[in-house]
Amino acid sequence: MSTQALFGQLLIGLINGSFYAMMSLGLAIIFGLLGVTNIAQGAFYMMGAVFSWLMLRELGIGYFYALLLAPIAVGLVGAAVEKLLLSRIYKLDHMYGLLLTFGILMFIQGMFVYWLQTAGRPYPVPRELAGGFNLGFMYLPKYRAWVVLASLVICFATWFAIEKTPLGRSLRAATENPALTRAFGVNVPALMTIGFGAGVALAGAAGVLAAPIYTVSPLMGADLIIVVFAIIVIGGMGSILGSIITSLSLGLLEGLAKVVYPQGSNMVVFVIMIAVLLIKPAGLLGRER
Amino acid sequence: MTEPALAIADLQGFYGESHVLHGVALEVAQGEVVTIIGRNGAGKSTTMRAIMGLLKKREGSIRIRGHETIGMVSEKIARLGLGYVPEERGIYGSLDVMDNLLLPPRLGPGGMSLDEIYKLFPNLLERRRSQGTRLSGGEQQMLAIGRVLRTGADLFLLDEPTEGLAPVIVQQIGVAIGAMKAKGHTMVLVEQNFRFASKIADRHYVMEHGRIVDVIAREDVAASAGRIKAYLGV
Repeated sequence: MSTQALFGQLLIGLINGSFYAMMSLGLAIIFGLLGVTNIAQGAFYMMGAVFSWLMLRELGIGYFYALLLAPIAVGLVGAAVEKLLLSRIYKLDHMYGLLLTFGILMFIQGMFVYWLQTAGRPYPVPRELAGGFNLGFMYLPKYRAWVVLASLVICFATWFAIEKTPLGRSLRAATENPALTRAFGVNVPALMTIGFGAGVALAGAAGVLAAPIYTVSPLMGADLIIVVFAIIVIGGMGSILGSIITSLSLGLLEGLAKVVYPQGSNMVVFVIMIAVLLIKPAGLLGRER
Repeated sequence: MTEPALAIADLQGFYGESHVLHGVALEVAQGEVVTIIGRNGAGKSTTMRAIMGLLKKREGSIRIRGHETIGMVSEKIARLGLGYVPEERGIYGSLDVMDNLLLPPRLGPGGMSLDEIYKLFPNLLERRRSQGTRLSGGEQQMLAIGRVLRTGADLFLLDEPTEGLAPVIVQQIGVAIGAMKAKGHTMVLVEQNFRFASKIADRHYVMEHGRIVDVIAREDVAASAGRIKAYLGV
């Protein structure tokens, strides 16, 4: 086996890991704050990609503006979904959140299929990021390096916002003890809207980053989200940093499996998930309740 | 006549199906310090939780400076200038000491600065970067009190601020509460430690089985010692 192939696959693994990280980070924020397992996260990822494609085709808005605008648009849709739908079910069992977001997923995906059909649409790599570097042991396309870098920056910025800013302080407090936090005068319902919007905006940002790599299609989030949920089971719903690290390592592992045992590469994450569920059901970094 | 800081009338409270407050009525004038005393399970903490909107099923009337709050959500009630120190202290483990102090938003003018709070409770300065729940019980209580002193709240609800604390810490808490009283803040104190309570309170409401059954003014405490003993069952 050539080193070219090995590093090539590891790079793809790292890129997938970056997408997983942004998706699972958003899910962790949403679950912590709202107690909702957002099955629709994949639909918001797709929405980010489709929005950036539409912006380019209909309005001539380029990639870098789309990378800012599309996640904001996705976040606003998310905030509206939270305010109109999710906020009504917090008093009920967590299972209802799962069911409702499943319905939201079907609705969003169905609308986009109806509107754009299922065919994949190409999104061009932005001119500034075309081409690549020959590193000797492998060829590194600029855009792929950019994706890894950009997602790390976004993940770090999210971590920073949660751990080091006043808004993050309120978010953490509301996650830990919402009732008491309200009794201090903090508007927790508004925080929940913001948290859900931010959580799905992360998925939207991943979608924009993914658009030039994968073809843009209404169903592009469907496969991704299954792997992301397996990763969350493996890592546990505990920490922000934990979900980033688990995502990247499992992405790499998937890449490695593609070289060593290609037939099993789609399976490896799920095999690990089963093993983790048997040994440490709360996840590797999760806390037992 | 000015509105009382807190006026509760015919307060009914429920935990699920069980009826726990049966027509609580009490009044606290601006700048007054009152305690609610009584045996365990009499409904003292539940009354506090009802005032804060943390008890979801409540009926009757709770007026704060004239504003009816019985139908309000917690954050609206707090914004009328309430500072709540819960019985379980409510320290956040996901926040360090400083973030615990900075969490509650400003509710009014005249709140203490961080420096003033650290001066009042030097332990907190030393441990400002520690995780909130890593503190000792006494330090957690200081944090719970310090936290609401920053907000500029004017009506404080303190639920068992000295429970389970060493005498030297109780003394320190006493100094802080004395300073709050000297500033003219209104306070409602739930307290098992009657010796502690009698030193600072203007009046004592006695609670039994979810209702107020007696009021004892500061000047009558000595004369009513026997009655108080009977109420507290000591």
